[in-house]
Amino acid sequence: MSEEPVFDTQGVVRKFMFVNRKAPYGTIYALEILESVLISAAFEQDISVAFLDDGVFQIKKGHDPKDLGMKNFSPTYRALGGYDIEKLYVEKESMEARGLGPDDFVVKVQVVPAAELSKLMAEQDVLITG
Amino acid sequence: MKFGIMVNEGPFNHQASDSAYQFAKAAIAKGHQVMRVFFYYDGVNNANRLSEPQSDDRNLVKLWGEMAKTHKVDLVVCVAAALRRGIKDELLAEGFHISGLGQLTEIGIAADRLLVFGD
Repeated sequence: MSEEPVFDTQGVVRKFMFVNRKAPYGTIYALEILESVLISAAFEQDISVAFLDDGVFQIKKGHDPKDLGMKNFSPTYRALGGYDIEKLYVEKESMEARGLGPDDFVVKVQVVPAAELSKLMAEQDVLITG
Repeated sequence: MKFGIMVNEGPFNHQASDSAYQFAKAAIAKGHQVMRVFFYYDGVNNANRLSEPQSDDRNLVKLWGEMAKTHKVDLVVCVAAALRRGIKDELLAEGFHISGLGQLTEIGIAADRLLVFGD
């Protein structure tokens, strides 16, 4: 095992946005990006999470994947608030194209049009996609 | 400039690791620094020392390892993603090491830019 360098991050607060674009099941992207969101909370950064494309299904109420042999990890999104991750955005166009509304989600989200989300993305220091 | 890189796909199956490697190589050649490459999702398979591509093909596992050695690039394989895919210390190629997801956030903070390669 090689030696691990430590980079100085003391006192630096950056704007991180995690961009969720994939359906919750079918691939592992949704689950693993959620793991990285939770870990990032320990670093006291300015974190936001965006849901667009099929990613909006990640937080839809009523997941029941047990017949797929998978665990339902959607309750974990409700834990984000406990980690002070409260800026959750859903892209309006993606939501509407899938017949969803703001009340269909397991967490409280801000619904924003694509143009506004694009501005929010431009303001970030770091974008992590999955 | 100081770069961090995130590789989200396995080698050969997907171009992400090739593109990330070519980017890193070009950046280093221009005098930039690549501080860390963080391998996540199926990207952890880039660290598998048992990978044996055909002799006339590029060997990504080896190329990353050589870059790490020559240019002091820290190659981090995410422990959570690695364990569920059977990538453990005994399987790691030279130059890679396994560590936590915190290393991704850390490089996001420390690098001037974090680039994500993958779908």
